[in-house]
Amino acid sequence: MAVDDTTSQDRTASRDRAGSRGRSGEPVLGSPAARREGHAKVTGAARYAAEHTPPACVYGRPVPATVPHGSVTGIDDSEAMALPGALAVLTHENAPRLGEPDDPILALLQTPQVPHRGWYVALAVAETPETAREMAQAIRVDYAEEPHDVLLRADHPGLYHPEEANGGYPADQETGDFDAEYAAAPHQFDATYTLSPLHNHPMEPHAATAVWEGGHLIAYDSSQGATLVGTTLAALFGLEPAQVTVVSEHVGGGFGSKGTPRPQAVLAAMAALHTGRAVKVVLPRRELPGVVGHRAPTIQRLRLGTRDDGTLTALGHDVLTHTASFKEFVEQAAVPSRVMYGAVGIRTGHQVVPLDVPAPSWMRAPGEAPGMYALESAMDEVATALGIDPVELRLRNIPDREPDSGKPFSSHHLADCLREGARRFGWERRDPRPGTRRDGDLLLGTGVAAATYPVYVAPSTASVQVLGDGARPGYQVRVNATDIGTGARTVLAQIAAEELGVELDAVRVDIGSSDLPAASVAGGSSGTASWGWAVHKACRELRESGGSIVTVDTATDVRSQEDYARHAFGAVFAEVAVDTVTGEVRTRRLLGVFAAGRILNARTARSQFIGGMTMGLGMALTEQSTLDARLGGFVERDLAAYHVPAHADVPDIDAHWIEEHDPHLNPVGGKGIGEIGIVGTPAALANAVHHATGTRHRTLPLTPDRVGVSGG
Amino acid sequence: MIPQRTATSSTLTLHVNDTAHTVTVDHRATVLDVLREQLDLTGSKKGCDHGQCGACTVLLEGRRANSCLLLAVAHDGAHLTTVEGLGDAEEPHPLQRAFEERDAFQCGYCTPGQIVSGVGMLCEAAEGHPSHATPGEVLQRSTGEPAELSRAEIRERMSGNLCRCGAYPHIVAALEDASGHVGPRSGTAHPASGPASDRDSDRDSDRDSDRDSASDAAPAR
Repeated sequence: MAVDDTTSQDRTASRDRAGSRGRSGEPVLGSPAARREGHAKVTGAARYAAEHTPPACVYGRPVPATVPHGSVTGIDDSEAMALPGALAVLTHENAPRLGEPDDPILALLQTPQVPHRGWYVALAVAETPETAREMAQAIRVDYAEEPHDVLLRADHPGLYHPEEANGGYPADQETGDFDAEYAAAPHQFDATYTLSPLHNHPMEPHAATAVWEGGHLIAYDSSQGATLVGTTLAALFGLEPAQVTVVSEHVGGGFGSKGTPRPQAVLAAMAALHTGRAVKVVLPRRELPGVVGHRAPTIQRLRLGTRDDGTLTALGHDVLTHTASFKEFVEQAAVPSRVMYGAVGIRTGHQVVPLDVPAPSWMRAPGEAPGMYALESAMDEVATALGIDPVELRLRNIPDREPDSGKPFSSHHLADCLREGARRFGWERRDPRPGTRRDGDLLLGTGVAAATYPVYVAPSTASVQVLGDGARPGYQVRVNATDIGTGARTVLAQIAAEELGVELDAVRVDIGSSDLPAASVAGGSSGTASWGWAVHKACRELRESGGSIVTVDTATDVRSQEDYARHAFGAVFAEVAVDTVTGEVRTRRLLGVFAAGRILNARTARSQFIGGMTMGLGMALTEQSTLDARLGGFVERDLAAYHVPAHADVPDIDAHWIEEHDPHLNPVGGKGIGEIGIVGTPAALANAVHHATGTRHRTLPLTPDRVGVSGG
Repeated sequence: MIPQRTATSSTLTLHVNDTAHTVTVDHRATVLDVLREQLDLTGSKKGCDHGQCGACTVLLEGRRANSCLLLAVAHDGAHLTTVEGLGDAEEPHPLQRAFEERDAFQCGYCTPGQIVSGVGMLCEAAEGHPSHATPGEVLQRSTGEPAELSRAEIRERMSGNLCRCGAYPHIVAALEDASGHVGPRSGTAHPASGPASDRDSDRDSDRDSDRDSASDAAPAR
């Protein structure tokens, strides 16, 4: 069953139609087609949001609050406005009034309130970026400070049970009787895992360039979904959606932090309205943690009750996390424990405390990334305690149906991922005893963890039009998808070419503008499924109707899906070397095997899996953020303090996949692959560190100061 | 030419990709901002503006530099190579081709910096400069022969260029592919004569002979 992409024999066996073939005779869909924007990206020609400079464009520089909580009592901009080239200082006193936003982070410069350090209290606008920066530093802001509280702790009196966690999941859920099952279990295991906040830090800082042309607002925005930015700006500025054009043609990564509109587009549009000029706003790197969202810290208690053979009878997963005082966002870290293992009694719950902190939001695999770190660490601890192989323990606990809902899985190949990964990794040669393999000063260890990510799909619209004459027609696909590095243009062209039965280069794909047919965000690993469904439907209708243009909407199709539990699964294997002198953990090997439906582009899929695993490596070993108890805000604000993995941290990474044919997904057959790579990797590495050293840390990242192997 | 100066600005010439640009720059302006905002050369990216990410990497007189840390006013007459100057529309640089072939990028924002840094790195290695990852016995020999580029060497030498999409394994593969296509800078007669910074300090007195060095660092086609 398990086959690599390059050796697949049955890639299109389930297709009732041959589909189109490239010049090599290979099917277009699934082939490793090169990125359409590749040349533009390697030559520097691809333009990102801040690289559009309309005539007479000027520059905005935000001013972050320097107190942890309170309100602005006065702003003196006289020194700033005296600088040559100064144009305006926008504050809550003079900035354009906005409509009430759905997301409170966008209520910018509307009130004097300061909910947290880093909240924007002013925007300087000048003829040049240098002057705007000097202005921002010259603006004097007086505050009335109020007491602040930024630290999550397990006994915080402000913790409460929310109704929902992110994603619309019920915050608390119980299947069976957890307490009774846990009390009766022959083996009880109870441990708490702690994770710090984490930052997305896409390489392109959040940026927008805005210009008003008559009553029409044009914004180039670094966003994961220009349709939503467009409708949001329209609502804020009292416009019809047709009066707003948002362009997100090339986007330098987002990882969730550009998934919904963020401050830069609103600030640029306000400043452009105020000054009558085109305005460019690039948020400085050091300010991003304060204003674009972060992964909230979690304290996760896992209680597992098992029989002698390791089968789970009780699974409890209790999550404590924080949110901002002005916005409830609950990292749904306990949700994967409703999916993974078939215990009799499962209780999962979330409590959250509002603090004077920046608003948390999506970061790659919200919920699953931290939650699976805790669950899969706990599973490893159970395996060690019971003397059961960690792969075998997971195999014994794979459920027949989704434990939480009782629904059948649309497809479920976790077992294949575990077995195929174990085979490729050479797992059967593993000596399970921890702390026994030495290579000079190094201790070596291996670890495994499972991964899961839900299948999301959202309604989208798309059109396809026949171009040119009948001899060798071309096709233009239009859909407001966003390519944040996923290869969306390319895979959508593949989907269209396959359905139309034409060669790939006969299809042109226009994405990245709100003037195109509306589409969902590039988030939740849902982009290709959502946009691809619409493109597929448009192409099919065009083919069947013989017309010249078709526009479709998948809202009805998406709503009428069959009732299945849909999840991607995976298994990650890691080998580490721990330096007994320095405590440094080095990753020697990292291997992932995933089952994520049909893989639509082998080349870009591999890159996404590897990329997700790399971010998981960062979560495990290098990335950490801290709220400053005294001053508020985050301590690690830039890339010198917040350590994203660098070249030297990352070994060769192997990513493979199971050919999975799932008829219950969408016509394209993919489950989404953008996020599952980060899930599982942190626990696999942490479990490998335990195997190497014999010490269980129950927190990340595993930096030298924590690991510091004593006694060598 | 004689620079024209005011208290806050100067007029000077930057040789970018073999084209001379005479620009009036704010004394606070970085080379990166002059490239991006005044010359519309937006291939060099601003990821952090603090010399922490490498997205703004250019070749300055053939050597890698973070252009966000260079004040433009201090670089009158300097020769710069940006990603736009490595190849042309018909014939990209071999490393640019290798990045496409290896899918060595996703969002593309760090990519120009990775590629320019990679060209500079391959040139440094060809000139025999060691790195932290160079084995001790090789350092002892100190022959000035081209450095053997193991993957560990490539990773060490490229660690000033961050990639959040996690394309590192493919970037390393692309650099391996292109490693035979970049040689030492011309006129580097004694490559092991000293660290790059020593020679760079002699640049002003030696500018004419270095004039073509930036483009020489990126030939190979």
